[in-house]
Amino acid sequence: MIAVEHLTKSFGKNLVLDDISETIQEGEKVVIIGPSGSGKSTFLRCLNLLEEPTSGTITFEGTVITDPKVDIDTIRRQMGMVFQHFNLFPNMTIRKNITLAPVRTKLMSQAEADEEAVRLLRRVNLEDKADAYPNQLSGGQKQRIAIVRALAMKPKVMLFDEPTSALDPEMVGEVLDVMKELANEGMTMVVVTHEMGFAREVGSRVLFMDGGHILEQNEPHAFFANPREERTREFLSKVL
Amino acid sequence: MGFTQLYETFSALEHPGFWQNAYIQFYNAWFYKDRWTMYFDGLLTTLEVTVMALALGVVLGVVVAMIRTAHDQQRLGKRNPFLSVVNFLCRIYVTVIRGTPMMVQLLIMGLVIFASNRNKTLIGALSLGINSGAYVAEIIRGGLMSLDPGQMEAGRSLGLGYFDTMRFIVIPQAFKAILPALGNEFITLLKDTSLINVIGGKEIVYFAKAIITNTYQPMMPYLITAVMYLIMVLIFTWLQSKLERRLRQSDRR
Repeated sequence: MIAVEHLTKSFGKNLVLDDISETIQEGEKVVIIGPSGSGKSTFLRCLNLLEEPTSGTITFEGTVITDPKVDIDTIRRQMGMVFQHFNLFPNMTIRKNITLAPVRTKLMSQAEADEEAVRLLRRVNLEDKADAYPNQLSGGQKQRIAIVRALAMKPKVMLFDEPTSALDPEMVGEVLDVMKELANEGMTMVVVTHEMGFAREVGSRVLFMDGGHILEQNEPHAFFANPREERTREFLSKVL
Repeated sequence: MGFTQLYETFSALEHPGFWQNAYIQFYNAWFYKDRWTMYFDGLLTTLEVTVMALALGVVLGVVVAMIRTAHDQQRLGKRNPFLSVVNFLCRIYVTVIRGTPMMVQLLIMGLVIFASNRNKTLIGALSLGINSGAYVAEIIRGGLMSLDPGQMEAGRSLGLGYFDTMRFIVIPQAFKAILPALGNEFITLLKDTSLINVIGGKEIVYFAKAIITNTYQPMMPYLITAVMYLIMVLIFTWLQSKLERRLRQSDRR
């Protein structure tokens, strides 16, 4: 579904991603872990071109999206993204947050989008918040809304950039539950996270990144049971 | 007792007291020969110039801010050469306008560039608008830059285009943030209209000076002018705070 070939990204002289090649199949739940500064967020943000790769190609469903001639907006409509800091639009109600993009991109009429918003909000048990503003919600609620907002575009893949890192510990669970449910429905997911429990339980594959490389990857149980690389063992010993 | 009778009574005194004297001066500056209408003629010009300069300043400011922001937000490695040139011109404009005094700009516009043009009010409005545009541009640019980049990213990640994201997400939030600074700029602009009398613009100060030429008493005409400006600014400040309160709706928790 997503094919990354020889992806390199540098900020000035700082090489963040060093010649990464990786393929993500439909239905996979890829969990990316690694120390901060390892390039995992940058890698994720390159997938929908929020970061412009310095070199290399990214192909999404047969389209080379790194080609400057590609209309990136139509590609992004098929790739939902959830951010660490939620990035809800504070100037709009929750309903408007969810329906703005589907309506503006002509995916749905306003009536259809409103209906979809109610359905999605019910799913995360927040239907009573439709007319609230983001500032009136807790962090966990905001992140669930952010997930729902991305889902309203009916994406083929969901990218999660440390979705629980900015949350109070007791709110992490409610967000992870929504993500697990999504995984069970067969959504293709790429998740950058520090939640090792989630990686083990939900992931179909774990990538360990360090220094701009994918050092090691494996099916989660094997990955956590027998990490092959010394660096991976060192990292896991600190976080587990 | 009417104003005129009071004036005549005080004038007949051999040694009028401070307040009596002040009243005599006020009468000369305001009632005598219906001079008060002159202030309102000036006020009309002041409002006219303010509105014209405001419109021009906002248009210029928005255009320049959009160009500069779009230039700074281009995807790396895809610099549009046309945008770079326009951006450079915008930077020169802002630098020159902010680097020279309003009064000097007005003198150059009125007495050098448009020396032969008789419509000094229009030239005054033009100068003020060009001046204000540079400040408005920087205020708007600051507002756009100060917004969390995550807002733009969230909009774009949903598949909204640059202009849709600007229109629905970035600009409404930036507008709320810059409103106090914008209000300040508009008040400055309103008060700067008092400068256009130096090139012959017929606003309030121009008529105040004309009255002083007849009475040789500068206190009252200038005090009246000051009060008129103060009232205008108070009205504007009140309107602005009403608007700010309305825009604060989404901040409630």
